[in-house]
Amino acid sequence: MTWTMAAPALSAAFLASLVEVVEAFTIVLAVGTVRGWRPALIGTGCALGALALLVLLLGPALTLIPLQALQLVIGVLLMMFGLRWLRKAILRAAGFIALHDEEAAFAKETGALQAGDSGTASRRDWLAGLTAFKAVMLEGIEVVFIVLAVGAGRGLLWPASLGALAACALVLALGLILRKPLARVPENTLKFAVGVMISAFGIYWTGEGLGVSWPGADLAILALAALLLASALTLVAAFRKRSVEMTA
Amino acid sequence: MKTIAMILREIAALFVDDGRLALAILALVAFCAVLAFGLHGPASGIAGALTAGSIVILAFSVRQGARRKPH
Repeated sequence: MTWTMAAPALSAAFLASLVEVVEAFTIVLAVGTVRGWRPALIGTGCALGALALLVLLLGPALTLIPLQALQLVIGVLLMMFGLRWLRKAILRAAGFIALHDEEAAFAKETGALQAGDSGTASRRDWLAGLTAFKAVMLEGIEVVFIVLAVGAGRGLLWPASLGALAACALVLALGLILRKPLARVPENTLKFAVGVMISAFGIYWTGEGLGVSWPGADLAILALAALLLASALTLVAAFRKRSVEMTA
Repeated sequence: MKTIAMILREIAALFVDDGRLALAILALVAFCAVLAFGLHGPASGIAGALTAGSIVILAFSVRQGARRKPH
């Protein structure tokens, strides 16, 4: 394992996980604030258990697939995932889609939980726990996919997992200190960076799966990321101008 | 059951949000696969087609998305 390969895998998993964990944290915080920490923590714990089971089942299964086929399938999935994120991040940066607002998401979730005040206390706890479970499960599946996809292609599961764990630890630590939604995280900038990195990995793995020997070997990922970043920034500049013209 | 169905829908949405973008990526990969395995094209040509194709697809998809009214 080389540092040029491990560093992009670690940073891509860290940044992507940071975005997902912040979103899950907002909802768990809303559940904990409105309905108490017991259902929030039970829902979160169940989701983390289900995710661990998913990793235990999928991890060994991936080793049974021939490497070239695995690289091709994961590469295509990463391209679909990464270019989708990058497209949205470009449209947000250009002003065509609203930026994600954690405080608004928190307010919406607490409002929804307070609105569902009817029923017995145990039913309310069950619904609150289910809300936390869904949030952690859905965002967690994205984290698991990113870690497996970025790491499985060439034995980089450890650096990718470390990146994801570091993101979880950071969000948890900040959340415990602040006890409010992490609204100051520059989410679109992170999504932009993640979209670039994941797309670069996707193109690289797809190429490897098709039998391409990339010039510069692993360094090609950084070159692909630089090319995608330059293209994306050009698109933002072009479409921001158009957005301004349309609103003028 | 509803929760499981919703989770499955969300998993699918991880990869397919804009159907045209997903289809274009699959078409690009299929084209590159034909170049690689059918025509035994040069590796640099396949790498170039994959990279340039991805950027072109991204640009068209952003242009499509930018047709709506700005926020």
